[in-house]
Amino acid sequence: METVFSQYAWAIPTIPLLAFLVLTALGRQIKGAASLLGLLSSLAALVLSVLVLTERWSPDAEVYSHSIDWVNLGEVTLRVGYELTNLNVLMLIVVTIVSTLVNLYAKGYMEGDDRQHVFFAYIALFTSSMLGLVVSPNLLQLYMFWELVGACSFLLIGFWYDRPAARAAAKKAFIVTRIGDVGLLIAILLLFWQMPDHSLDFSVIQTVFQSGDSLAQHGITAGIATWIASLIFIGAMGKSGQFPLHTWLPDAMEGPTPISALIHAATMVAAGVYLVARTFSIFHVSPTAMAIVAGIGGFTAIFAATIGLAQRDIKRILAYSTVSQLGYMMMALGLGAVTAGVFHLFTHAFFKALLFLGAGSVIHAVHTQDIFQMGGLGRKMKVTTWTFAIGAMALSGIPPFSGFWSKDAILAAAWEQDHKLLFVIGVLAAFFTAFYMARLFFVAFTGKPADDQIYQQAHESPSSMTIPLVVLAVLALIAGFVYTPFNGQFGIWLTGEPAEDHANVLVMIISVAAGVCGVLLGYVLYRPGQSQRVDKLEQAAAPLFRVLERKYYIDELYNWLIVRPLRVIGKGLDIIDRYVVDGLVRFISAFVDGWGRTSTRVQNGQLQTYGIVSLFGFVALVLLMLALGRGFW
Amino acid sequence: MSTMLASFLTLAAILFCIGLYGVLTKRSAVIVLLSIELMLNAVNLNLVAFSKYGVVPSLKGQVFSLFNIAIAAAEAAVGVAILIALYRNRGTANVDEYDDLRR
Repeated sequence: METVFSQYAWAIPTIPLLAFLVLTALGRQIKGAASLLGLLSSLAALVLSVLVLTERWSPDAEVYSHSIDWVNLGEVTLRVGYELTNLNVLMLIVVTIVSTLVNLYAKGYMEGDDRQHVFFAYIALFTSSMLGLVVSPNLLQLYMFWELVGACSFLLIGFWYDRPAARAAAKKAFIVTRIGDVGLLIAILLLFWQMPDHSLDFSVIQTVFQSGDSLAQHGITAGIATWIASLIFIGAMGKSGQFPLHTWLPDAMEGPTPISALIHAATMVAAGVYLVARTFSIFHVSPTAMAIVAGIGGFTAIFAATIGLAQRDIKRILAYSTVSQLGYMMMALGLGAVTAGVFHLFTHAFFKALLFLGAGSVIHAVHTQDIFQMGGLGRKMKVTTWTFAIGAMALSGIPPFSGFWSKDAILAAAWEQDHKLLFVIGVLAAFFTAFYMARLFFVAFTGKPADDQIYQQAHESPSSMTIPLVVLAVLALIAGFVYTPFNGQFGIWLTGEPAEDHANVLVMIISVAAGVCGVLLGYVLYRPGQSQRVDKLEQAAAPLFRVLERKYYIDELYNWLIVRPLRVIGKGLDIIDRYVVDGLVRFISAFVDGWGRTSTRVQNGQLQTYGIVSLFGFVALVLLMLALGRGFW
Repeated sequence: MSTMLASFLTLAAILFCIGLYGVLTKRSAVIVLLSIELMLNAVNLNLVAFSKYGVVPSLKGQVFSLFNIAIAAAEAAVGVAILIALYRNRGTANVDEYDDLRR
């Protein structure tokens, strides 16, 4: 097939980068047009991505790769370039769509903010780095973009840096993800050391790690492969908020809501999943690593879902839901179901971005994030409510919304592999998910207003905010039909392997039942006029409820186990620095200063003083000579 | 013999110390110059004493002391001349007010 547009794929990350540079240089002058520039750059990237996609329809489309030498280090050459596989073209589409819609949305959301141009510049930089990450042909380049998106995330979480909570959250996000990044870096170094010709290209990794035999042929032991895979997974854990490195993601909700939708729901946090999918061959040769991925993913899915049950902050509920859904994706990858995992990433990006943008629309209108202070918003914010309902149903796995199809694919994979435990965990997590989304929806959007004053000021958001909601709602509705049990083309297209027939009626029934039961339970407990029953329930299970509300005390645990000891060490080092190192320096300076002061007193220009000094010097010399007993000559 | 030398040397040492004391402590520049003369004369006394009672007595020491007296006279003349010039310039003959070395 002719590749006309693929050779211009380098422009996809470059266009937003240019927008970033222009916004940084001229942002102050073009203030109002900043959002327009951001929007146009994302749109251009989207159009180009779609054009590239059209060239890759056929499942056996060649991998398009182009690299140039960057650094020559003796035998080793580091290369940069871009590579197009079906997986990363899919990611390009997801990232550019969400980025475009978020740019449009942010125009309304950030209206009146003094630092708008900075905000849009950061978004453009983020979009550029994320797209660069996706098209990277080798791990080193991926790692650079990986750090760049982390830096953008830091900047955007802390965008309102005058709030102490935002500053703390930004630092926490940066530091916690850094722990994961170290794992990834070590994995890259191990690969660099072990791979033939020190190659870090994904295509080479794929051939080397094809099977146990090809590994042995290149002299890589299975143990090393497991280490590499596990360390890569640690990197993915940090970025994708997997337990135990999940704590930063809910705190990251301090950032502006469009950012939560773009970075902390749809794209950057999915980078971990993407990384595992991209280097999947490394995982595939190591059953241990696969078990770790599946185990951590499954645990995170259920763990975060239970926390979501007891949160009151609308964005935090969604954040824990994101953590839980990312756990789902990891679980799918750990089960070897790459297609299902990536498919869930794809649908999740749309419906979770939709939910976050909907939540942003609500927060924009009522200026509170506590769902128990809202209530009855459905009557005033029709578009937001309807689109939010669609997103919630997609997340809850109600057919025919997109979430159902992808979640079903994952559950079917667990079922077929006879992984009972993970299957049960998946179903339970799906049930909890449906329950907390129903709770959120019924409490916030239906019933009587909880607070009249807040209700009075509620209003529908401007069209720049509702249009992205509608577009995403449509996508959340239809994205699932890409890959249903009845057409497996997507699987072949994505992984090149014939799709297994995952039409499993029993699994489907169980998955739907879990979703519907969750929603019904949520309705029974939280439907309008049920507040007393809920209060009683919360009192009855107060200790459990407290534990969930406090997020299993994980933050407190880290605080006591890690943060405080480190602080104490830091204090100790600070004291050493202040009193020992600085003390020595101060002593030297004081000594020199004192010496100088006394010697200036001698240098007073009085000839007689000089004479006395000389006399005393002479006498001292004489005494010294006598004391040494050497005589005068 | 040697007692004579010792008393001459003691006298010279006392004379030198008085001169040194005067040089280092007196405020008036004229007294300082006079004290320098004292120190020079202590030296002259030493030279003469050694030429008479020394290990190898000879006239050389006395000749040297004559030279010394001449030089001391010249030095006193030059010193007083400079002092007069200084006095005209600064309006004072106090040594502790001459602190130009400091600048």
